[in-house]
Amino acid sequence: MTPNSPDSLAATVPDGALLALPPDNSLPSVALARALVRRGAKRLRLLGVPVSGFATDLLIGAGCVAEIQTSAASLGEAGFAPRFSAALKAGSITLRDATCPAIHSMLQAAEKGIPFMALRGIIGSDILANRPDWKVVPNPMGDGVSDPIVLLPALSPDVALIHGVMADEAGNIWVGRRRELATVAHASKRVLATVERMVKGDMLEDEKLAPGCISGTYIEAVAVAERGAWPVALLDEYGFDAAHVAEYARMAKTEAGFAEYLDRYVLTQQAQAAE
Amino acid sequence: MDMTIKLEERLAATLARLILDPAAPPARHIAVGAASPIPAAACWLVKKQGHPVRLSLLHKRTGNPFSEGSRELFDLTGQGRIDLFFLGGGQIDGQANLNLVGTGEWPGKSVRFPGSFGSAYMYFMTPRTILFREEHSARVLVQKVDNISAPGVSEPGVFRRGTAQALVTGKCVFAFHPDRARFSLASIHPGETVDSIRAATGFDFDVADDVPQTPDPTEAELALLRGPICDEMLETYPEFCARVFDRKLAA
Repeated sequence: MTPNSPDSLAATVPDGALLALPPDNSLPSVALARALVRRGAKRLRLLGVPVSGFATDLLIGAGCVAEIQTSAASLGEAGFAPRFSAALKAGSITLRDATCPAIHSMLQAAEKGIPFMALRGIIGSDILANRPDWKVVPNPMGDGVSDPIVLLPALSPDVALIHGVMADEAGNIWVGRRRELATVAHASKRVLATVERMVKGDMLEDEKLAPGCISGTYIEAVAVAERGAWPVALLDEYGFDAAHVAEYARMAKTEAGFAEYLDRYVLTQQAQAAE
Repeated sequence: MDMTIKLEERLAATLARLILDPAAPPARHIAVGAASPIPAAACWLVKKQGHPVRLSLLHKRTGNPFSEGSRELFDLTGQGRIDLFFLGGGQIDGQANLNLVGTGEWPGKSVRFPGSFGSAYMYFMTPRTILFREEHSARVLVQKVDNISAPGVSEPGVFRRGTAQALVTGKCVFAFHPDRARFSLASIHPGETVDSIRAATGFDFDVADDVPQTPDPTEAELALLRGPICDEMLETYPEFCARVFDRKLAA
């Protein structure tokens, strides 16, 4: 059997899929985002869990994205996300703004298999005014007329892309304390994961490792991609490559510069072989 | 010790004094979000001065305070376990409405900012919020924000634990009065006047007859900021520490 690669996993993501991506500080699989660019994915609908970073900007710049739902998009210390901003200005993507706990709550509703979750706050924000799918009702556990509260529909992504530290022979992946990844894995129809390395055995048999695992129940396929979160950080494994992200931010200011970035770091044989 | 005070040091010390304001609800647990080195320095200053406060720094890559993922911050805040949070905005108006989405028509057709993050929730659910924006200009401090990420005050009957306590900028400190949804000038940083603040501010605010100057950080505060606080911040904010404290993480 040929082992999986980021490119073989990316080949299974259909155009138009609703794709959940964690932000730069929470184990996104940038390797899979690069593989989706190489496969020329189209009309993807991205979900920032709960915000969006480098991988999202890369996919937007490469023309893979039709829609995005997120609570914010940025490159952190390197500033605004340039291709996200440009696509928004050009009208080539549809943006649905949210707020972080709303995205967590919508995924938690899907995780529990219930139609909605309630969330405090938000009332009086223009986010709500632009979300016809979010409803305000009087607290049904109160007197039934006062105490307005927001209801958010369950949200089940088609595919979640995450990068774990390691995977074992039982198909479990280890993500440490970033438990929002477990929520998105539970809520998504499919999870495709890249990892730094494979380990023997079953991590769920190890009391110290088990709490940082996502059970293989939820994981469809795993591919090894060393430094698969690069240029963003991976827990205590490696830091954020600020110089590279600053270089990206500079190049991606223009479409031509972005194309050059793709040629140099995403589309070449070496870039593919390195994944 | 070099007693030349950098603006960042003055702002950190000013924020620390607001955190310790005895008139405000107690700050036992403070959370600090992304890209907030000056508020983070202020919180460390409070802690290193010996005040019992728990600091949860959201963007700590190693040793992150949350073991249930980033959702845990919002769950804690929902229960009222986070006492104080810092927010800013691309635009902030005279009623303390925050705009983090952008200018022009929704969702920021003119200039898009990154987005609202958790502001539409945190602003309601935290007993107090300190607003911080170093740039003090009529572009940022506007009469009315173009889009509301998070409202400064809410209608009666809408669940809300607190509002802004104050707005700290590179020029002054404003106090916020939720009863009348207005700011008043609380103190002016050195080099500024009431007139220079008015000229740089797009919204109306109240001014008392005698507005004090923002006090300088003390020698002890400066020593803490430049020493042990810089040590704590080097991993998360390397560029800030290099620029302000002239210190780099050992390779």
